[in-house]
Amino acid sequence: MMPGVSMDNPVAARSRGFSPGRIVLYLILGLFCLYYLLPLYVMAVNSVKPLSEITSGGMMSLPDEWTLAPWRAAWSQAQVGVEATGLRPYFMNSILMVVPAVALSTIMGALNGYVLTKWAFRGSTVLFGLLLFGCFIPFQMVLIPMARMLGLMGLAGSVAGLVFVHVVYGIGFSTLYFRNYYAAFPTELVRAAQIDGAGFFRIFWRILLPSSGPIAVVCIIWQFTNIWNDFLFGASFSDFDSQPMTVALNNLVQSSTGVREYNVHFAGAIMAALPTLLVYIVAGRFFVRGLMAGSVKG
Amino acid sequence: MRGFSRILGAAALAATAGMASAGDVEVLHWWTSGGEAAALNVLREDLQKQGIGWQDMPVAGGGGTQAMTVLRARVTAGNPPTAVQMLGFDITDWAREGALANLNDIAAKNGWDSVVPAALQKFSKFDGQWVAVPVNVHSTNWVWANKAIMDKLGISQPETWDEFVAALQAAKDAGYVALAHGGQAWQEATIFDAVAMSTGGPDFYKAAFIDLDEDALGSDTMKTVFDRMATLRGFVDDNFSGRDWNLATAMVINGEAAFQLMGDWAKGEFLNAGKQPGKDFLCYRFPGTQNQVTFNSDQFAMFRQGDKVSPEQAALAEAILSPGFQIAFNKVKGSVPARTDLDVSELDACGQQGYKEFKAAAASGNLYGSFAHGHANPAAVKNAMYDVITAHFNGEYDSATAVKELVTAVQLAR
Amino acid sequence: MSQLAGASGARPMDRLRDALPRIVLSPSVAIVAVFVYGFILFTIYLSFTNSRILPDYELVGWRNYHNLFRIRAWNTAVVNLAIFGLLYIAICCCLGLFLAILLDQRIRAEGFIRTIYLYPMALSFIVTGVAWKWFLNPGIGLQAVVRGWGFENFSFTWITDGKMAIYTIVIAAVWQTSGFVMAMFLAGLRGIDNEMLKAAQIDGASSFVLYRRIVIPQLRPAFMSAFVVLAHMAIKSYDLVIALTGGGPGTATELPATFMYSYTFTRNQMGIGAASAVIMLMTIAAIIVPYLWSELREKK
Repeated sequence: MMPGVSMDNPVAARSRGFSPGRIVLYLILGLFCLYYLLPLYVMAVNSVKPLSEITSGGMMSLPDEWTLAPWRAAWSQAQVGVEATGLRPYFMNSILMVVPAVALSTIMGALNGYVLTKWAFRGSTVLFGLLLFGCFIPFQMVLIPMARMLGLMGLAGSVAGLVFVHVVYGIGFSTLYFRNYYAAFPTELVRAAQIDGAGFFRIFWRILLPSSGPIAVVCIIWQFTNIWNDFLFGASFSDFDSQPMTVALNNLVQSSTGVREYNVHFAGAIMAALPTLLVYIVAGRFFVRGLMAGSVKG
Repeated sequence: MRGFSRILGAAALAATAGMASAGDVEVLHWWTSGGEAAALNVLREDLQKQGIGWQDMPVAGGGGTQAMTVLRARVTAGNPPTAVQMLGFDITDWAREGALANLNDIAAKNGWDSVVPAALQKFSKFDGQWVAVPVNVHSTNWVWANKAIMDKLGISQPETWDEFVAALQAAKDAGYVALAHGGQAWQEATIFDAVAMSTGGPDFYKAAFIDLDEDALGSDTMKTVFDRMATLRGFVDDNFSGRDWNLATAMVINGEAAFQLMGDWAKGEFLNAGKQPGKDFLCYRFPGTQNQVTFNSDQFAMFRQGDKVSPEQAALAEAILSPGFQIAFNKVKGSVPARTDLDVSELDACGQQGYKEFKAAAASGNLYGSFAHGHANPAAVKNAMYDVITAHFNGEYDSATAVKELVTAVQLAR
Repeated sequence: MSQLAGASGARPMDRLRDALPRIVLSPSVAIVAVFVYGFILFTIYLSFTNSRILPDYELVGWRNYHNLFRIRAWNTAVVNLAIFGLLYIAICCCLGLFLAILLDQRIRAEGFIRTIYLYPMALSFIVTGVAWKWFLNPGIGLQAVVRGWGFENFSFTWITDGKMAIYTIVIAAVWQTSGFVMAMFLAGLRGIDNEMLKAAQIDGASSFVLYRRIVIPQLRPAFMSAFVVLAHMAIKSYDLVIALTGGGPGTATELPATFMYSYTFTRNQMGIGAASAVIMLMTIAAIIVPYLWSELREKK
C-alpha cells in the first residue's frame, strides 16, 4: 500500500512531465491563485501602512513607509469597548465556544450519517430530508424565539448556550456531509462485519471512522469557519464576559461616528482569520492522508 | 403588549438576580472606536470611584442597529442590561413596552427638568416619567469647507441656497469635487434633512417629518426639496456609491473636495488629521438654516431591573448628566453637552459655536429632532423615507414620482 | 449510550440493539423538530400579528402580506435573489468542479494551491467587504489601476451602477465559496473507484470522455452537497451585501435576507419581517423540496 501509488489518478497518470498542456494547466491554476489572493493583498498591504497613506489615496500601492504598529494595535491596544484591550482577550472566548461546538456537531453528523446509510429504517430518508431542510432556516428569523428558549433553559448569556445554538444549526450540514460520503462506502463491508458479530458502535469505530478523513476535514472546515465567523448569534446570546472574537472585530471595525483606522481593521481581520487558516493548513494534510486511508476500501 | 413585557420583567428579575453580581452595572452600547470609547471610559472610572463595577457590552454596527437587535434578544431571554445606549424614538418604543425604569426621583433630586431642553426631554421622558438620560447633542445641519479652496476661489460663507449653488459651481468649474459625499442612505437623508429645513422652514419641517402630515409630504415644497437634491447630485463625483462618510471628509481634508454636508462628528476627522477650525477648515450651518439646529442625542435608557431603581443604576444615571462627565465626554466626541447650564470654554471653536447655537435654538423653539437620525419619527417611517430619498438621489425616479412614493411609503410604514 | 447497553439484560439488549440506530438519531430529530419546525410555526404565527418591536400575539389577518407586496424594495429583493442565486450557484459549481479536476492532475504543491483557493472562506466579510469595496470602486480600485497602466479608456463601474451592482456581489460571493466547493468535489473525485477508470482507459477512452461519462456521474452526491451549501449561502447572504454595498446604490442590491433583517430589527415592523421570512421559506421549499425528493428517492 504505497501512498504514492494509492494517490495516483489514472487519468492524470498519462500526462506526466512538462508537456505544453501541463504548462497551460499550471498557468490557469496560477491565474486563479491571483484571483483568490487579490483581496488578501489589499488587506495585507494596507495593514502595514500608516493611516495617512491610506486616506491620501494610495489604497492599492505598496507602503512608502512600512509599519507593524497597526498589528500591535489590533492585538493589544485598540479600543473595542471602553477599555483598550485589543482583540487578545476575545480569542479565548471564541475558542471555548468553537471547539466543543465543532466537535459535538461533527460527531453527531458522523453518527447520523452512519445510521442513515448503513442502518436505514422505514422513514429514515424522510427524516434526513427534514433535517436537511433545517439548513435553510434564516438565522434572523430564529433569533427571538431562540432567545426565549435559552432564557427558559437557563442558558441565556452563557458559553453553553452559544455552543448549543451552534450545534443545533450545525447538525443539518454535518449530517449531509457524512451521509453523502458514507453512501458511497461499500455496504458489504458493514454486512460482513455484522456477520462476524461486530455491534453498531464497533462497526462505526473500526470500519467507517478510519476512512472518514476527507469528509471529516470538509465538515470541520465548514463548521469551524461558520461558527468562528458567526456574528449574529455570538453578539445576541453572549454576555459581557463571553463575547466572541467576531463581536470584538466588528466593534473594532464598525465605528459609527469615530475615526476609522483602516490599517488596524485589516490587521485585525487577518489576525481573526488566523485560527481558521491554521485549521485549513493542518486539516489539509489530513485531507490527503484521509484519501490514502480511503484507498484501502477498494 | 404590556402583559408580554410583564412576563419578561419577571423573568428578567429572576435571571439578573443570579447573574450580575451586586454593585455592578451592565452597559450595552456601540461606542467602540478610539475617541468615543475613551470618552465613555471617563464614566466607568467615575463609577469605579463609587465602588460600582462596569460590565462592558459593546456591540457596534449600523449606527446602533446591531446593538438594538442584541437588546431584543437579551430582553426576550429575560436578561436585559442595566443601561442601553439609544437614539430618539427607540426609547419611546421601549418605554411603551414597559421595559424601562422610572427615574423621576433622581431627576427631581438633580433638577433635570430645568437644565435639559424640552426638545430632548421629549425623548428622555415617556408618559411624564424620566426613562433615559441624555449624554450629548449632535447637530446635523453643518457645512464643512476646505478653507484653502474657499480662499483661492474667493468664496465667502453662503447665506442662501442660491449662494451655495453658486459656490458649488465655482468649485466645480475650478476642477474640484464640489461636494464630497458618500452614497449611503443615511448620508443622503442627512443632506435631505438640511435641504428640507432650509427650503420649507421649521413649520414645513415639523408638518412633514414630525407630524407626518400628508399634505406637507405631498406638497410642491417637497418637490422643490427633491429638485434641490437632484441639483446637489450634480456636484457629487462619480465614485460616491457606498463611500464611507469619513472618506468623504478626507476628500475635504486633502483638498480634493470643497464642501461636505455632515453632522458635527465630522470634526473629529479634521482634528485627527491635525487641521484647525477656522484656519484649515470652516464649519457653519447649512445655508438657510442659520437659526435652526437639527439634532440627534445619544441617551442611555435605563432598563427595569426590579420594582425599584437600584442604587447602582441611580448612580449611573446621575453620573451621566453630571457636569464633569458632560464636558469631558463631549470634548472628545465632538458633540455638545445635553444640559444648557455649563461653561464650555474647554471645547474647541466649532464646539463653542455649536453650543451657543444649540442653547439659542433651544430657547427660541428652533431646536428640532433630525429625521435622518431617528429623532422626528419612528424607525419604520424613517427607513421608509430613506428608501425614497436614496432611490431618487440615485436616479431611480424623478422628483414628482419621488413625492408620490414618499407619501405611499409613509402610509405603509405607519 | 454504551452504558445503557451494558446495564440491560440479554433479551432487552437485543431489543435495544435493534432500536439503537433510532436512539442515536433521535436527539437530532428532537432538536430540529423544536428549533427549526417549531420556530417556523412561531414565525408563521407572528406574520399574522401586528408585532413591532417585540412579539405581539394579537392577530391582524393578512395585512402584513398585503403590505409586503406593496413595498418596492421587496420586489427588488426577490428579483435580485433569483439573479444572484442562479449565477452564484452555477458559477461556483462550474468553477469548483473545473478547479478540482485541474488539481487532481498530480499537481506539485497541491496542498499550497488548495489552501490559497480555500482561504477566502476563513475571512469574515465584515472586513473583506471593505477590501472588495475599494477594489471595485472606480476611483481607487481596478479601474484606477488599469488606467494607471496606460489604458485610459478602461472602465469598470459596476458597483456604482444600479443595474450592474448585483453582479459585483456575485463576484465577491464566488470568490468566497468556490474554493470550498472545489474541496468538496476534490473529496468526491478521490473517492472514485480507480479500477473502473483504469478499465475504461485501457478501452481507449479519452480524458474528456472519461470525465464526462464516468467521473462526473459519480460525483452526484458531491453535487448535491454543493448545491445545498450554495443555495443556503445564497439565501442567507447578508454580511456580504451589508459590507459591500449596504443594499445600494439606492435599493439596487437589496436581498430578502437584508430586507427581513431590516424590517424585523431596524424598522421595528416585526410582523412584515416575519411575513417576508415566511414567503422566503415557502419559495425555498418550493425549489429545494422537489430537488431533495428526486435525489433521495433514487437512492432507495
